[in-house]
Amino acid sequence: MKQIQAIFAVLLLTAVIAPVQAAGLNVFACEPEWAALTRELAGDHADITTATTAHQDPHHIQARPSLIARLRRADLAVCTGAELEIGWLPMLQRQSGNAAVQNGRPGLFEAAMQVDRLEVPEVSDRAMGDVHPEGNPHVQMDPRRIATIAAALTARLKQIDPAHAADYDTRGADFARRWQDAMARWTDEAKPLHGVRIVVHHKSWVYLFDWLDIEEAGQLEPKPGVPPSAGHLSELKQQLAARPAKMVIYAAYQDSRAAEWLAREAGIPAVKLPFTVGGTGGAGDLFGLYDDTLKRMLDALHESR
Amino acid sequence: MKYRPLLVAAACAVPTLATAAGSNAFNPDIALILSGTYGNFQHDPAAYALPGFPLADEAGPGDRGFSLGESELSVSANIDPDWYGMLTYAIAGDDTASVENAFVQTTSLGHGLSVRAGRFFSGIGYLNEQHAHTWDFVDSPLPYRAFLNNQLGDDGVQLRWVAPTDLYSEFGAEWLRGDAFPAGGSANNGRGTWSAFVHVGDDVGEGSSWRAGLSYLDASSDARTTASAAGDDLFSGKNKLTVADFVWKWAPEGNSYNHNFKLQAEYLHQSDSGDFTPAGGSALPLSRKADGWYVQGVYQFVHGWRVGLRQDRLQADDPGAAFAGTALDTQGHTPSRSSLMVDYSNSEFSRVRLQYNHDHSGNATDNQWFLQYQMSLGAHGAHQF
Repeated sequence: MKQIQAIFAVLLLTAVIAPVQAAGLNVFACEPEWAALTRELAGDHADITTATTAHQDPHHIQARPSLIARLRRADLAVCTGAELEIGWLPMLQRQSGNAAVQNGRPGLFEAAMQVDRLEVPEVSDRAMGDVHPEGNPHVQMDPRRIATIAAALTARLKQIDPAHAADYDTRGADFARRWQDAMARWTDEAKPLHGVRIVVHHKSWVYLFDWLDIEEAGQLEPKPGVPPSAGHLSELKQQLAARPAKMVIYAAYQDSRAAEWLAREAGIPAVKLPFTVGGTGGAGDLFGLYDDTLKRMLDALHESR
Repeated sequence: MKYRPLLVAAACAVPTLATAAGSNAFNPDIALILSGTYGNFQHDPAAYALPGFPLADEAGPGDRGFSLGESELSVSANIDPDWYGMLTYAIAGDDTASVENAFVQTTSLGHGLSVRAGRFFSGIGYLNEQHAHTWDFVDSPLPYRAFLNNQLGDDGVQLRWVAPTDLYSEFGAEWLRGDAFPAGGSANNGRGTWSAFVHVGDDVGEGSSWRAGLSYLDASSDARTTASAAGDDLFSGKNKLTVADFVWKWAPEGNSYNHNFKLQAEYLHQSDSGDFTPAGGSALPLSRKADGWYVQGVYQFVHGWRVGLRQDRLQADDPGAAFAGTALDTQGHTPSRSSLMVDYSNSEFSRVRLQYNHDHSGNATDNQWFLQYQMSLGAHGAHQF
């Protein structure tokens, strides 16, 4: 018992005297795209940690000790919301003992809740798979929505860190300008994709398709969150024989085997897309994410012609 | 559908606090766990005893044949900006129902602090705080069966503090009623049991993360009853339990969808001192030590399919000749067990499991087979690490 008391005492003492001093605003980004956006908008004012990588499925993350420790010290959590992180973020919030990042506090920024969401179901029934009652949460692939989210995030940064409000305004305006320019360029480049039929792995691309007017030709998952089955894939193959599609796309974190099988059978390319910052070598930041996504899709379109 | 921006300018003076409303607006989240088991035993589980260890009511190997497992109804919600509350009602197969968890917890103390009050699973050890439906095996490890009646949940208050360090470090303490095994009889006017624990953890690279813990439980008993073949045994005194736990999880690049691995081990050491009164006998002064451990590994080899292996073992000092024939008589036996399981999850909400135990914990070696389903309905629960 004496030894245990001693161990407890030493650990407690170490924890009390060794707190980490943060340089600026401590930001906990749930996904890489929001880390990248915060980096654009806050620059050196923010010390950003990212909870997930582009190789991980943001639906399925463990509420790991390291994430509790990081959320504990966060002044602001920037997440997707709309229940994307429902399997892990609520546990982190409760275990962190951090009042700032609880629901309803300014320290929790939910990107998807700042914009119109598509596919809000009228009925929520798990027989339909893992559907989100708040609508499709994968909003990061529509640059128009990113622009709206960026404006809201700038406002939130000013609210949380009013000392640097002027800086946030300057950076926000600068980002908005660069983003509008890039968006004009992307919209122009992406013209050949209008009206094209594309098969997706998971319903992660509705916002990209909404922006570029792309037609979804089917999903590899029979229902959202349910892995592709042989029966469903051969059904899809028959549908494609009747109404062809130009390509099959999947996110960097998803298993490519189903996409590659269907692509081979249907004689169309299977395209890996970054889905978020870091998903591919070219997607180093938010601009790169869109540059690389469009480049990969346009290359595949040329290939399939 | 045409896109309409909700928030236009960065210069917006009043930021909108748009947050998740949850699936039921203001109604609490409701989650239901349905589970059922088919058990096949060579020896009658009703006659099961663990030589050297007095067992409380929950601590058996299970039932023969078809039986409804524990169905759990959970209701939880944020109460107001400062409190979160949760109730878990467990309905056992024999139609008895019990309040498993009913607690309120602060959410806005800040500084890494949170306080919980009510009935809750103690934060000691690793497995203790995990709800049974998240366990990787049908039954609890032998040291949990012997020392904690499967799982320690009691009434009381709990304080936790997460240190502001890069390395996850959490400190906790509990003050409990002392009505749950290994305590009993609500000694010291219902506040005689306390515990303290510390957890540390971190990531190793992108793919691995771990947590280690050290816990101490000081349980006081005042005429605690445990059933034995001859009737009820009584114990008054102290059980001091020390638990060291470790869990390590791995997935390639941290993506657990297809492959993942979990290694989990705990060591429990208990020292008992007090008076033990065997059924029909007189009080015997008791002072003895016992310990036990388990190690288990679970590997998901393809999406949905997992295989797991567990080894557990117990050992108790012989308390002396005066205890011959009582539940504390080890009869020179060292209980041990090996378990193998395979489970399949159709989705993250449903799981079917097959388990085999080569059980050498009782006096006779038993071969046990279990088939189990566990389904969760309703609100999407967030699980602990």
